[in-house]
Amino acid sequence: MTSLSDTGEFIAKKYEPKGPVVLDCQINNIYYGNFRAVRDSHVPIEKNKVTGFIGPSGCGKSTVLRSMNRMNDLIESFRFDGSIQYHSNDIYGKKVDPVVVRRYIGMVFQLPNPFSMSIYDNVAFGLRLNGFKGDEEEMVVQALKRAAIWDDVKDKLKNSGLSLSGGQQQRLCIARAIATEPDVLLMDEPCSALDPIATRQVEELMVELKEHYSVALVTHNMQQATRVADVTAFLGVDISQGGRTGYLVEMDDTQKIFEDPQQLLTQQYVRGEFS
Amino acid sequence: MVYDPFKHASSDRTLSAPPSAFDYMKDKVFRSFAYCCALAIILLVTYIVFELGSQALPAIKTYGLGFVTGTTWDANQREFGVLPEIWGTLYSSLIALAIGGVLGVGIAIFLTQSFVHAKLELVFRTIIELLAAIPSVVYGLWGIYVLIPLLRPVAQWFYETLGWFPFFGTELSGPGLAPASLVLAIMILPTVAAISADAFQRIPYKVKEAAYGMGATKWEVILKVMLPTASSGILAGLVLGFGRALGETMALAMLIGNVNNISLSLFAPANTLASLLASTFPEAGEIEVQALMYAALVLLAITFIVNIAGLAVQQYAMRKFEGKK
Repeated sequence: MTSLSDTGEFIAKKYEPKGPVVLDCQINNIYYGNFRAVRDSHVPIEKNKVTGFIGPSGCGKSTVLRSMNRMNDLIESFRFDGSIQYHSNDIYGKKVDPVVVRRYIGMVFQLPNPFSMSIYDNVAFGLRLNGFKGDEEEMVVQALKRAAIWDDVKDKLKNSGLSLSGGQQQRLCIARAIATEPDVLLMDEPCSALDPIATRQVEELMVELKEHYSVALVTHNMQQATRVADVTAFLGVDISQGGRTGYLVEMDDTQKIFEDPQQLLTQQYVRGEFS
Repeated sequence: MVYDPFKHASSDRTLSAPPSAFDYMKDKVFRSFAYCCALAIILLVTYIVFELGSQALPAIKTYGLGFVTGTTWDANQREFGVLPEIWGTLYSSLIALAIGGVLGVGIAIFLTQSFVHAKLELVFRTIIELLAAIPSVVYGLWGIYVLIPLLRPVAQWFYETLGWFPFFGTELSGPGLAPASLVLAIMILPTVAAISADAFQRIPYKVKEAAYGMGATKWEVILKVMLPTASSGILAGLVLGFGRALGETMALAMLIGNVNNISLSLFAPANTLASLLASTFPEAGEIEVQALMYAALVLLAITFIVNIAGLAVQQYAMRKFEGKK
């Protein structure tokens, strides 16, 4: 047991992935302007697994996740130092257009954000964007079913997506994200607006999804991590250098992280001693 | 005293207290004030309509609905009809709405979708809002001394090469629909741009984020997501702009030519209701004033109908895109 993790020099022991890696994220530093948000974190996302990210508020879990499909590029002051290898290409490579990255690496956000259009059009949006030529309706229905919202909306596909309740909207957004069958799905606390039943359905979906795709999941809910994540990364907050810089404390199989963590900080966190 | 049966029943330590009688009074005063303001507007509009109506009554009795379909305005023959003016009003306003609407929405997109640095956006926005502050008569003068001479060769070219097309069927002799509509378009541009820009700005960041997250390009984000989301606000801007174009007087009186003429040609002189009022009033006799009051009523009715129709379209857009009842 070590508590070196508070000193600002700590670098987590490298996690050795057991299977093929789809997104190899080597993050040296992530800055917003002069603020260093995340430092020294190597988090490989394995193929056909759910990789969970847990950690206290402000530890940069979301920042790390959003770096994986270049969502942070929308923020002007954002600066990424490191590399994310996706099928042996750096998604931060000079020639890579973030738009292309986002077509393959989909995202579900913390707050439901359906578009101002019909439920059907919301789900078909990605298909049309990607020039899908097959049976659009079939894909839309299938996505809605997998996102566990079909029964709620099957009679009102023409209604606006915004007419749904918050939990339904979030499941609609999940349907929208999975309709194009993205290679990797990033989920940023997708269940924080859902009731327990819908949460359970979405968790089942994640487990089902990983058969064909890879999922990275940020969650505040440690039980959720134990239920669905195969591998868990625990991020801590480093306040030794003035700011609040997030960094990887420990990454390992979920069971190991929760039952036999190697770091004191991880142990305290998973026991619920701080949050 | 304020009725509060809970104070005694609750814990001694509680700091909760009912609003004081004074608080209730402030509430009441503010509410009555708001009601008075709303009522004043309704009364004012009713009064204007009533006054116009009573002054126009003799003309209404004499000419009836024939006034709206008549095409001559001749004070000596006591023959009054405003069909050419209705046509000119709607035609010039529609052209202005088409040009000013497209430009205005385009400017709104340019101002809100981070094409330029935020400080530069503010500069552009201020300049465009400045357009709204230019007096109408200045637009008229600018139209006469700058726009018409500029348009003349262009109009000539169109007339000579595409003269068979009804829009370019006549020569531009000076004032006419084209310069009038162009100036109108510039005049409604700030209204459309400002209201549309607000509509775009009101879109929550998470919507933009969702669109980019799907892998949409900037244009796809703007055209497929932002535009439908902002549509009800944009429509509001277009309706206000159209209303302004319908009622615009001074610049049009200077630029449209004031000729009772129904023509599809953009280069033909025409007339509008507001311009007819402005140019005829000073020298009008009693009977003609009554007819002018009738014309004013017609203009009011057109504006009213346009506003109602605009509201209906806006409600439809809200239901369709935003799921609001």
